[in-house]
Amino acid sequence: MSKQTPPLPKVTPSAKAKAASSRTATFKGARWVDDRLGGAKFARTALNKVFPDHWSFMIGELSLYSFVVLLLTGVYLTFFFDASSEKVIYDGSYAALRGVEMTHAYKSSLDLSFDVRAGLLMRQIHHWAALLFLATMVVHLARVFFTGAFRKPRELNWMVGCTLLILAIFNGFAGYSLLDDQLSGTGLRIAYSIALSIPLVGTWVTSLLFGGEFPGPDIIERLYVIHILLIPAAITVLLGVHLFIIVRQKHTQFPGPGRREDNVVGERVFPTYAAKAIGLFFLTVSVLCLLGGLVQINPIWIYGPFDPAEVSAASQPDWYMGWLDGALRIMPGWEVRLFGFELPNPFFPAVLLAGATFGLLYAWPFLEARHARPRHPPPRRPAPPAAGAHRPGRRHHRLLQHLLPGRRRRRALHHVRPVGELGAVDVPVRAVHPAAHRGVGDLPALQGAVGPRRLAHRQQGALAGDPGPAAPRARQGPRRPPRRRTARRGRRRRTGRHRRRLSPTGTDAQLEQVGWMRQRLRRVPAKRATRSPGSRRSSPTSTWCSQLVTSTV
Amino acid sequence: MTEAAAETGAEAEPAGGAPATRHLARWTVGAALGLTLVVTFLLTGRSPAQADGDLVAEGRQLYLVGCVSCHGTQGQGVKDAGDNERGPSLEEAGEAAAYYYLSTGRMPLGNPDEQPHRKDPAYDEHDIAALVAYVGSLGDGPALPAVDLDGASLSRGGKVFRANCQACHSASGSGGALSYGRAAPALSKAEPEQVAGAVRAGPGQMPVFGPSTISDEQLDDLVTYVEYLKAPEDPGGVPLGRIGPVPEGFVAWFVGVTALLACVFWIGTRSPIRRRKRS
Repeated sequence: MSKQTPPLPKVTPSAKAKAASSRTATFKGARWVDDRLGGAKFARTALNKVFPDHWSFMIGELSLYSFVVLLLTGVYLTFFFDASSEKVIYDGSYAALRGVEMTHAYKSSLDLSFDVRAGLLMRQIHHWAALLFLATMVVHLARVFFTGAFRKPRELNWMVGCTLLILAIFNGFAGYSLLDDQLSGTGLRIAYSIALSIPLVGTWVTSLLFGGEFPGPDIIERLYVIHILLIPAAITVLLGVHLFIIVRQKHTQFPGPGRREDNVVGERVFPTYAAKAIGLFFLTVSVLCLLGGLVQINPIWIYGPFDPAEVSAASQPDWYMGWLDGALRIMPGWEVRLFGFELPNPFFPAVLLAGATFGLLYAWPFLEARHARPRHPPPRRPAPPAAGAHRPGRRHHRLLQHLLPGRRRRRALHHVRPVGELGAVDVPVRAVHPAAHRGVGDLPALQGAVGPRRLAHRQQGALAGDPGPAAPRARQGPRRPPRRRTARRGRRRRTGRHRRRLSPTGTDAQLEQVGWMRQRLRRVPAKRATRSPGSRRSSPTSTWCSQLVTSTV
Repeated sequence: MTEAAAETGAEAEPAGGAPATRHLARWTVGAALGLTLVVTFLLTGRSPAQADGDLVAEGRQLYLVGCVSCHGTQGQGVKDAGDNERGPSLEEAGEAAAYYYLSTGRMPLGNPDEQPHRKDPAYDEHDIAALVAYVGSLGDGPALPAVDLDGASLSRGGKVFRANCQACHSASGSGGALSYGRAAPALSKAEPEQVAGAVRAGPGQMPVFGPSTISDEQLDDLVTYVEYLKAPEDPGGVPLGRIGPVPEGFVAWFVGVTALLACVFWIGTRSPIRRRKRS
């Protein structure tokens, strides 16, 4: 990999050329700025930053560029949008609504759609960009999650990202609620009820936000300020923090030759990565423009102006609010009274569930560091197939091999083991059978189901191709204190330096009870321990997949 | 009878009696009346009242073949052994309901327990008219309203539609789910008379909208708007069914995110040539 030089003008030995080049406007300008502000060092550092060499690290940029598109189109929309709840009779060019009374907000949205040049295009690009801003954020979040890039020391940036996600959700909702069409008014009504359901402060919050009973006189105006000023400013600042932290802490990277925890292998920002980033920006813009120009979104003229009496059963929120809407819909009509006060029903699905979801998201790095089981690094190669298990000609994609259960794909079983055994066997059996404490294998029902011969084999670990399942556990013993794997300490994995290794203490008794199953499932090849550090690392796919499994555990 | 008498009278006129002027006048009036009746008979074939009566009788014949098993011999409805309603009484159904159900193919219905769905009508136009006449004669249900779309207002119709119909049929008239497995049908295939008939009759879960709720003029406006919703303006491009955020979210994920990830993959992956050189 060649080192790129910083973007200095080429200086040739010739005195004439030297004089000419030093006179170029760029050079002079740069020198002028540098003399006064001293930015050359910063520019050099920034342009020399190395970006890891994998496409999945650019997903977050999609969100960034969508946000830029949102800002640009949003500015255009503010020129024509009139955030006012004053009533007016429509007389624009959409015949089906002419003569209908509506608010200025809705009327100006109609004008944007039918009478302002490029107004509808901008509206649609803005809306598609909002949907894709959120969607790419979620994909980015998934990338960070499944590659473990939220672990120490990156918890802080994970939390900044979570905040960005929440802010974007709120801003998206505020944005499509501004237009005061039937659909958005219905959404606002639901938001009003949700805010009202918060114990103690609900009534205060709603009257503060809506300026009175629904539909308050001020909500459009207030949402407008929130939508175009407060939240975008917060998002911009947090985006800066997000990027600053990522530059400061450096990217994670996939394992590979020469890649260590304290370096980043990839391309410098200038010129390679800058070219890539600019290209990606224009590609993002073009995808959004194509969507905005070709696919109709939010046809408010069909929905009509908002009237609280005209709610439609088909009202749905944008996709990122869909899970909350669904939670509201499926919540049973329970009535809960606490200290003589009723807890309103929407509180549970809309406030508690949302709070718990995002609380879990925020807390995940800490929860995982504290409670996760020891993560066995996946073996380099698939274990040699058990005798008779090999079926020639049946080749799966590697990802499928990890996900599908089966004899050749023991690793997946090994990783999902705790979920499977606790969820499907341990808990139900405990719940229904008093003899469960003796161990699942002793249950006559199960013995019958599995067959005594096979069960006996499993208990002895004597199935064909079984690599001595009980050996590591036997050495360790149930009461042994946590054992640190010092042999590995010096070796740095991708983020391994910061990963805590924990023994399954505290759950030993539980594990004993399902011991036979554990032995059956736990046949991780013993070769793992004897691997040399320099040997080939696992592929990104397997890393991703094992992360996935660990994280769900 | 009358005609025959008049005609014979007219023929007998030349052989008239003594008071010539009086008789002449009488016979002239008689002949004119007779001729009018003859012409009427020749033009229409039968008198209007008799025509209606025939249609009702014909409708009854069809009814006794196709509808009687569920609705009873006199349209009184039928209950099965468990006292469950097998078919409702048609005494209050009226022409509107009959026309709506028969012309949209919802009746006759194979399984009385399921919600009827639109299919090809089982009867031709004449038979439907006969059945409608017969059902209309059973009681004082709503008559089939006459729809006149000339001079109806689209925007007023939109108001009526949003106030009364969009709650179930959705703002774009694409239908929607109701509780207990029922559904409000899409209006894209509804013809003007069917819409008007459904409004007045209130089939299934739909409420009855009488003339005091939706006047005849408003009904014309409403039908105009429903006709407009079959092919509304789509200035924004591909309409995605005009049913709002759910299909839009699908497009965002499956088209938008897929396209953007393809871009990222394209930009962010080294070309095979460079990769080979490097390794």
